[in-house]
Amino acid sequence: MRVQSKRALRMVAVAGVLVPSLGQADWTMNMSPGVTGTSNDIFGLHMTILGICVAIGVVVFGVMFWSIIAHRKSKGHKPANFHENTVVEILWTIIPFAILVAMAIPATATLIDMYDTTDADVDIKVTGYQWRWQYEYVDEEFGFFSNLSTPTDQIENRQAKGRNYLLEVDKPLKVPVGKKVRFLLTSNDVIHSWWVPELGVKKDAIPGFINEAWTRIDEPGIYRGQCTELCGKGHAFMPVVVEAVPEEEYQTWVAEQRAAAERERQLTEKEWTLEELMERGESVYNTVCAACHQPDGSGSPPAFPSLRGTAVVTGDMDAHMDIVVNGVSGTAMQAFGEQLSEVELAAVITYERNAWGNNTGEMVSPKEIMEYMSE
Amino acid sequence: MSAVADTHSQEHHHGPASGITRWLFTTNHKDIGTMYLIFSFAMFLLGGSMAMVIRAELFQPGLQIVQPEFFNQMTTMHGLIMVFGAVMPAFVGLANWMLPLMIGAPDMALPRMNNWSFWLLPCAFLILVSTLFMQGGAPNFGWTFYAPLSTTYGPPSTTFFIFAIHIMGISSIMGAINVIATILNLRAPGMTLMKMPLFVWTWLITAFLLIAVMPVLAGVVTMMLMDIHFGTSFFDASGGGDPVLFQHVFWFFGHPEVYIMILPAFGAISHIVSAFSRKPLFGYASMVYAVGAIALLSFVVWAHHMFTVGVPLTGQLFFMYATMLIAVPTGVKVFNWVTTMFRGSLTFETPMLFAVAFIILFTIGGFSGLMLAIAPADFQYHDTYFVVAHFHYVLVPGAIFGIFAAAYFWLPKWTGHMYDETLGKTHFWLSFVGMNLAFFPMHFLGLAGMPRRIPDYALQFADFNMVSSIGAFMFGATQILFLFIVVKCVRGGEKAPAKPWEGAEGLEWTVPSPAPYHTFATPPEVK
Amino acid sequence: MAQEQSYYVPEQSKWPIIATVGLGLTLYGVASIMVNAKQGESTTLSWLMFFAGALVMAYMLFGWFGSVIREGRAGLYSDQMDRSFRWGMSWFIFSEVMFFAAFFGALFYVRVFAVPWLGGEGDKATANMLWEGFQASWPLVNNPDPEAYPGPKEIIGPWGLPLINTILLVSSSFTITVAHHALKAGNRQKLKLWLGATILLGLAFLVLQAEEYMHAYQDLDLTLSSGIYGSTFFMLTGFHGAHVTLGTIMLIVMFFRVQKGHFTEDSHFGFEASSWYWHFVDVVWLCLFVFVYII
Repeated sequence: MRVQSKRALRMVAVAGVLVPSLGQADWTMNMSPGVTGTSNDIFGLHMTILGICVAIGVVVFGVMFWSIIAHRKSKGHKPANFHENTVVEILWTIIPFAILVAMAIPATATLIDMYDTTDADVDIKVTGYQWRWQYEYVDEEFGFFSNLSTPTDQIENRQAKGRNYLLEVDKPLKVPVGKKVRFLLTSNDVIHSWWVPELGVKKDAIPGFINEAWTRIDEPGIYRGQCTELCGKGHAFMPVVVEAVPEEEYQTWVAEQRAAAERERQLTEKEWTLEELMERGESVYNTVCAACHQPDGSGSPPAFPSLRGTAVVTGDMDAHMDIVVNGVSGTAMQAFGEQLSEVELAAVITYERNAWGNNTGEMVSPKEIMEYMSE
Repeated sequence: MSAVADTHSQEHHHGPASGITRWLFTTNHKDIGTMYLIFSFAMFLLGGSMAMVIRAELFQPGLQIVQPEFFNQMTTMHGLIMVFGAVMPAFVGLANWMLPLMIGAPDMALPRMNNWSFWLLPCAFLILVSTLFMQGGAPNFGWTFYAPLSTTYGPPSTTFFIFAIHIMGISSIMGAINVIATILNLRAPGMTLMKMPLFVWTWLITAFLLIAVMPVLAGVVTMMLMDIHFGTSFFDASGGGDPVLFQHVFWFFGHPEVYIMILPAFGAISHIVSAFSRKPLFGYASMVYAVGAIALLSFVVWAHHMFTVGVPLTGQLFFMYATMLIAVPTGVKVFNWVTTMFRGSLTFETPMLFAVAFIILFTIGGFSGLMLAIAPADFQYHDTYFVVAHFHYVLVPGAIFGIFAAAYFWLPKWTGHMYDETLGKTHFWLSFVGMNLAFFPMHFLGLAGMPRRIPDYALQFADFNMVSSIGAFMFGATQILFLFIVVKCVRGGEKAPAKPWEGAEGLEWTVPSPAPYHTFATPPEVK
Repeated sequence: MAQEQSYYVPEQSKWPIIATVGLGLTLYGVASIMVNAKQGESTTLSWLMFFAGALVMAYMLFGWFGSVIREGRAGLYSDQMDRSFRWGMSWFIFSEVMFFAAFFGALFYVRVFAVPWLGGEGDKATANMLWEGFQASWPLVNNPDPEAYPGPKEIIGPWGLPLINTILLVSSSFTITVAHHALKAGNRQKLKLWLGATILLGLAFLVLQAEEYMHAYQDLDLTLSSGIYGSTFFMLTGFHGAHVTLGTIMLIVMFFRVQKGHFTEDSHFGFEASSWYWHFVDVVWLCLFVFVYII
């Protein structure tokens, strides 16, 4: 049924396009047909309505340019004096209306299909953060953050830009090919919007509410998109990367992820040295904190305080933990207690207390963080 | 009491007062119209220079000129200044100048309130622009200021922004009340509603829209203020509110607002096309009904700005159908304009050039609007540069070209001189080319997947962005030429007759050029 | 008298510019009071600015309305001018209607959509995943996050003070009408009596409303910050209360003008405008009584 309606739509699309070259234009000029049923349906609707618009435009502008060229005063054309014609006026009201009705029918069908989120094989909860995405595999009990991996040097033009500049992440979302994947979208702070053009999925992530969307990807591959709702200064820097892999590969990966999540839980128990924490802390800091507080800790006051030698990171340890774990309400400082693991929290706090010449020599272990958080 | 009676007996005989008090204390619709137009052009240049900052940053991928925080402030202020500071005041200025002249009234109905409406605007924009220099910077959440980015996460200056919006709202509402009272009460004897010039009709309907929706905007910013300072939870789910509530209330204002910015242009264009075609406007009555239909429909289409927020299916379908329906009356208007030109006797002075470009390019904006109305397709277009292209096509060659066309059309009446036709045409062609170069590639960028409101972008968008920036610089620089043309026209030039355009119709052409300080102290008869 | 036939275009006036300065100072002052208070900074200057603005506004109101009244009494206003005032006031009231519509709209939206969704009902019921244990109800006494927004202990039922207030306001709509008829009949004594009664009813309403607010804040923990119920309740009733206050002030001004012998049987637009406004706040109250208190 789905395939049939898709084919029908494509035929409408082809019939509607009066200027075929537009349809085959360079991909950067037109929408991508994408790799899912939905994205293909949308592409069909897009080409149909574009075709209709071009056709109407040719007629209307045709008449207009005829007048512009032929009915000039400089050519001695004398003005006619007509100023109404009921038949014509009724016709050009009814005909557009009929075209719109014809257009509304396939659009309605596609929309109903897009809203049908039932019978999903995989459920993934997608949470927007300023400025990264969190993916939680609801049935598999693991999840992770997906951060922009383009180096700051490329953004600031100190280094040549890579092929996937701004569209690359440290850890992409992995989904199985051919399965119906349901996304449960929400947000931790402001409104974000999760968009992957080639999947034909775009849905707002709204704090406190859950929006649903779904996709079924036909071909394995890596599909890239971006946040499309202004969400603050990092709005351009929170891409979405989806990797669609065959079912077996997906299952193996899920198993690995579950095991890794288990290992991370065990790491909390391990005795960490200052050096180990510093090393881990640096990478956590650079992915999570550096966007606001800058890689060298200088921040951009007053919104984002400096961490170089300031009391927050050199003074009382409990106060430092409180800010990182619980955030500072009414400011951009988020509560990272829910976003990072105990190991990551311990590492980043230790790093902040010892990096950039802060050299307090103090460290906090994951176990201490756990105790602090259970208080 | 006798003092009042004395001033009254003088009032028909004096000209303008001298010095600055003429402008501060004036009750004259022409003075106030002039001030509105000057203010609007100043804001156009200010908002435009912010657009130049935006396009300069987007000239190449990477962060070169400004940081993302400041970029967001620029997009926000550019939008707010252009919408509330440039386009709306320009139309109010045209209304002030032309409505009394077109309906044969001695002035606007409530002249002192008229002056207050104007002076509130510089006050509001002083506050708004001052936020740029405040701690934490200016508003940075886009001109649509969606909660909670603009509430919980907004900079401290948000509060000043809210009060600036309140002042603009008061100004707009009073201006609109004045327009309605003038049109309904001060028409010359014999001018029935269906004999009113179209510019008057479109402004009557625009004023109605303004009074209906500006209070709603005031309401929504008040909710923001309460959420920020007084602990309410309108836009916070943890207290039972909903961030999407903000969007519903905002767009209930916002959609009629976009018609507020185009309907008066429809009116002006109708006069211009008819004048330079030397032929009566085709389908006057259907034009009036179409404007009315567009205005009414504008109240029930707001959620088409929100197709991706997760409106339930039935709502989604309703708003899609209602939005598609707007294409019908809009189409009627375009067909009427084209038919007016058909078999006319056309000449292409600057106003007509802008008017013809208006019809073509606004129609292109209308087409992309129709595409955006198709809800499933909108999931791909929404919040991309396709939308940016769409609304710039309806606002720049729509609203702005409409204003330019009207300005050139009526400049002789205002100044008593003809403007420099060669310079006018140069202004048109440079604007036309620059504008298309700036905004047409944005369609491609959006379809290829570039989100709006980003200071940096992926490499596949680089080429079109550069083209777009070049076009924008060209368009921006060209507007200085307009300033020069107007100044030159005010200072001198060929004397303009009462009716400088062969095909023009209407009462405004029965008074001398420049229009005397007081006109129609005794109303003319309209047959 | 021929001049009276022409439309009165006033001379130059200083009031608009004074009004602009006054309004600008007042609102800039209010904004900076709020911002500085939130950031824990001194608000002295902001208060000074606010008071300066308020003084200018008061001066302007007396001056501007004063000159309009003088012009009206000098017979400068033709019937056509009178119609302009009528159109002006009607559309101003319409704009007020739309202002309240925004808040009523918000109330309907949260009741019909947002709260049920959060509680796991309707089209977007999955939202309940985020708010475990939250149950939708209206009046909303338990908020989705009771820590951030502790709910009220109780809400205010319709059949106590609100009912009395309804009776007060509805009667005041009658009394103002009786006063208007008395004015048209030229019966000044009756006019003063019924206009005075209307003012007293309005004041009584305001006193009871203040009583109700104190009860809500002190006894019920029903506050602006007790979640969406408190937000909508106080914003709707609060803005209504502000409008009743304004209406009462307008009526008091009318009372003094009557005392001074202003208004004639067939020319008394100031009085009519105030009574229109009074009917408008009355209608808003009826909507509030139904949608906020009863349903």
